[in-house]
Amino acid sequence: MIKSLMFWVLAIFLAPFFSALILKVKAFFGGKKGPPLLINYYTLVKLFKKGSVYSTSTTFVFKLGPMVSLSSAVTVLLFLPLAGQAPVFSFNGDLLFILYLLGLGRFFTIAAAMDTASPFEGMGAAREAYFPIICEATLFMILILFYVLTGELRLAAYFTGSQPFGLWQMAGSPMLFVVIALFIILLAENSRVPVDDPATHLELTMIHEVMVLDHSGPDFGFIELGSFCKLFFYASIIAQLIMPFESGYLALNLCLFTAGLVVVYLAVGIMESVMARYRMDRVPKFLLTSFALAFFATVITLEFIK
Amino acid sequence: MSTAFLEISNGVAVPRDKIPHLDFDRFRREALDIVENGGKVVHFFAYQEGDVVKLSAVLRQDHLLTAGCDAPDTYPALSSQCEPFHMFERELAEQFGISPEGHPWLKMVRYHPNYMDRVDVFGNNYDDDIPGNYDYYSVEGPEIHEVAVGPVHAGVIEPGHFRFNCIGERVLNLEIQLGYQHRGIETLIPGAAAKRLPIIIESVAGDTTVGHSLCMAQAMEALSSTQPDQGAHTIRTIALELERLQNHVGDLGALSGDVAFLPPMNYCGRMRGDFLNMSLLLCGNRFSKGLIRPGGVRFTLDDEVRTTLAQRITEITPQVKHVIELLFSTSSVRSRFENCGSVSQEDAEHLGLVGPAGRACGMAYDVRRCFPTEGYGELDIPENAEDSGDVYARAKVRADEVLQSIDLIQSLLTAPVKTECPEPEERAMAPDAFVVTLNEAWRGEVAHCVLTDAAGNLLRYKIKDPSFHNWNGLSMSLRNTGISDFPLNNKSFNLSYCGFDL
Repeated sequence: MIKSLMFWVLAIFLAPFFSALILKVKAFFGGKKGPPLLINYYTLVKLFKKGSVYSTSTTFVFKLGPMVSLSSAVTVLLFLPLAGQAPVFSFNGDLLFILYLLGLGRFFTIAAAMDTASPFEGMGAAREAYFPIICEATLFMILILFYVLTGELRLAAYFTGSQPFGLWQMAGSPMLFVVIALFIILLAENSRVPVDDPATHLELTMIHEVMVLDHSGPDFGFIELGSFCKLFFYASIIAQLIMPFESGYLALNLCLFTAGLVVVYLAVGIMESVMARYRMDRVPKFLLTSFALAFFATVITLEFIK
Repeated sequence: MSTAFLEISNGVAVPRDKIPHLDFDRFRREALDIVENGGKVVHFFAYQEGDVVKLSAVLRQDHLLTAGCDAPDTYPALSSQCEPFHMFERELAEQFGISPEGHPWLKMVRYHPNYMDRVDVFGNNYDDDIPGNYDYYSVEGPEIHEVAVGPVHAGVIEPGHFRFNCIGERVLNLEIQLGYQHRGIETLIPGAAAKRLPIIIESVAGDTTVGHSLCMAQAMEALSSTQPDQGAHTIRTIALELERLQNHVGDLGALSGDVAFLPPMNYCGRMRGDFLNMSLLLCGNRFSKGLIRPGGVRFTLDDEVRTTLAQRITEITPQVKHVIELLFSTSSVRSRFENCGSVSQEDAEHLGLVGPAGRACGMAYDVRRCFPTEGYGELDIPENAEDSGDVYARAKVRADEVLQSIDLIQSLLTAPVKTECPEPEERAMAPDAFVVTLNEAWRGEVAHCVLTDAAGNLLRYKIKDPSFHNWNGLSMSLRNTGISDFPLNNKSFNLSYCGFDL
C-alpha cells in the first residue's frame, strides 16, 4: 500500500517531465533547441507564486473548475497500476468510475468556461463537450473487449497479473487496433495535434486552451498540472499495453514501463511535428476512426476466441 | 470606347488644367461607365482648393484615366450601382462630409471628424470612444450567436475589431471595423517639411516601407522633373523585391503555423530573418527605412555588397525551395488550405481585390507588368493567376512570387550597379500639377496621388494601401466558412491595419 502510494506521488511528480519530452521532439523537428526538459516545473512554480485574477462577473463555479479538474485527474491516477504495481485503489467496476471521474473534471472545466460568459469560451466549451462523446463510445467498445477477454471490470486487472504478455496473449493482433484507437483517444482527450493545437495563440481555433483563458496564477497551475496528469494517465495505459512484459523484478519492470512511456510521448511529439491539425469539421471523422478500430478489434476477437 | 476621362501614365505629372473638369452628372455617368466595363478604381477622393471642394477619380483599364468635378453636398451614391466605389465613398463621406445617398453600407471608415467642419454624416460625437455610432450588421434567430474579436488581440498584432455572426461553427457574416490606428497622415503631409515627407511615408505601413516610399519618391520626382539614374532604379527594384520576399516567406511560415505544422513555420521564420538582414546589408535597416528618397537612393551598392548579397541569395535559394515544397506536398496541410475561404472571381471583381489576393481569384493584374516603373520595364514578370480563390491559391501565388523574386534579384545583381546618391535639397515642384504613382508592393497595388497648388506646394496627398481594397475580400472569404478557419484566412490575406487607417 505504502509502495503504491509512493508510486502515485511519483507519477504526479513525473507527469510534467514527460510532457516536456513532446516539446523537445517538436523543437527537434523545427530545427530548434527547444525549452529545457524541466520547463513545466518552472512554469508551475511560476504560476503558483502568482496571484489569481477573477472577473467580477464570474461566480464560485469559475473557481471550482481548476480545483475539480485537478483533483479528478489526480484521483484517477490512484486507480492506475504502474509498472506491474497494484494501484492504491481498485474495486470491481472502477473503470466506469474512472471514466466518469474524468468526465466530472471536464464538466467543471466546461461549467467554469461558461461561467465567464465569453463567446470564445462558450465556443471552446461546445467543442470540448462534443468531441469526447465519440471518444466515450470508443472507450466503451474497448472496455467490452477487455471485459470479454478477462471477465474483469477493474483497470488493475488488465495490467497486473501472472500472464507474461498480458492481453496480447488472449487477443493477439487485434490488440494493435486497440493501441491505435487508444492513441487517437489520447490525442483527442489531451488536446494534441491533429485534434487541437496546444501551442496556438489563436482563440478561434482552440478547443481546450480557450476554455482556460481566463484562469490565472495558481488556478491555471492546477489546470496545467491536471492536464499533465491526464496525459500521463492515458500514456501509461498505452505504455503498459505496448510493453506488457512482467519480469518479476521491480527495477526491470520500471525500466520497461518508462521505456513504454517515452515511446508514447515521443510518438505524440512526432505526430505533432509531421502533420497539420485537421479542420474542425474533420475531427469527428478522425475520432470515429478510433471507434471503428475498437469495434473491429472486438468483433474479430469475439469471433475467434470462442 | 470614347470617354471624357483623360488618359495618363503612371508616375508622369500632368498640369491640372489638362484634366477634364466635368459637371457632376457627367462625371458620375462616365465613371460608372468605365468601371462597369471592366475598369477598376485606383483613387476616388476629394480635395479642397480655396473654398471649393472638388472630386477627383483615377480609374484604370488598360490605361490610367482621370477626371474631376466640383463636389456636391449630397449625391446619388455610385456604389448603389457599382460596388468598387463602396469604400471610397465611405471615405469621402468621412473626410469631407459629402453624403452619398442610397449608399448600401454607409458606415465610417476610420472614426474622425471631417476636414471641413461640416455636419457629420454619421452623427458621431468624436469625444466618445471608438466605435461611435457603428451599426453592426446583425443576424437574428434562435441559434445565431455573435463573436466579437478585438480590437485587442492575442499575440503582437495591430488593433481591429471583428464581428462574426455565426450559426454553430459556420460564419454567416464577418464585419471588420477598423480605424483604431488612425494617425491623420493625409492631413499631416501638406504642412510637413519636404525632408520629413519620406519619413512620414515610411511609417504609413511599416511592412510596406519600400512600396510606399517608392510611390512617394516617384511622385516627387515627377513633380520636380528629376530623373534618378539607372543604378538607383535597380537598387529600388531590389529593395521592393526583398520586401516581397521578407513578407511572403514570413507569411508562408505563419500559414503553416496556423495549421499547426511546425517545421516550415520555424524555417520560414528564420529565413525571413535572413531576407531582412539582406535589406540591412543594403541600407543599414532591416525594413529598408532611409533607403529611398526623392531623386534616388541614399545608399550605393558597391561590388563587395553586391557579391555578398548575391552569395547570400544563392545560399538561401535551395532552402526556400525545399521548405515551400515541404509545405505544399504535405497532404494534411493541403487539406486545410484547399477549399478554405474561397472568393469567387466575380466577387473579387466587384470588391476590386488587388495583389496576391486578387491574383488568387484569377485576376492577373500586377502593377509590375501593367504599369511598370523603376527597373520592371526590362524584367519579365509572369502572370501568376490561380483560379480557385481559396487559401491554397493565395499561398500558392505567394510561393510562386517568392521564387520569381529570387530570380529577379539574382538577375539584377549580375552587373555592377552605379549610382550617385542625391543631396537632400528642396526641389521646386511644378505648380498646379497632378501625378499618380502606382507600385506593386507585396500586398498589391499601392497608389499615391499628389496635387500641387498654384505656388507649387502640396495641395493634397492621397494614399491608398492595397489593404483598402482587400479587407472586404477577407470578409467575403469567411462566408460559410468555419469560424475556426478565420485565423488561417486572415493570415492568407495578411492585411495592414495601419495602412488602411492612415
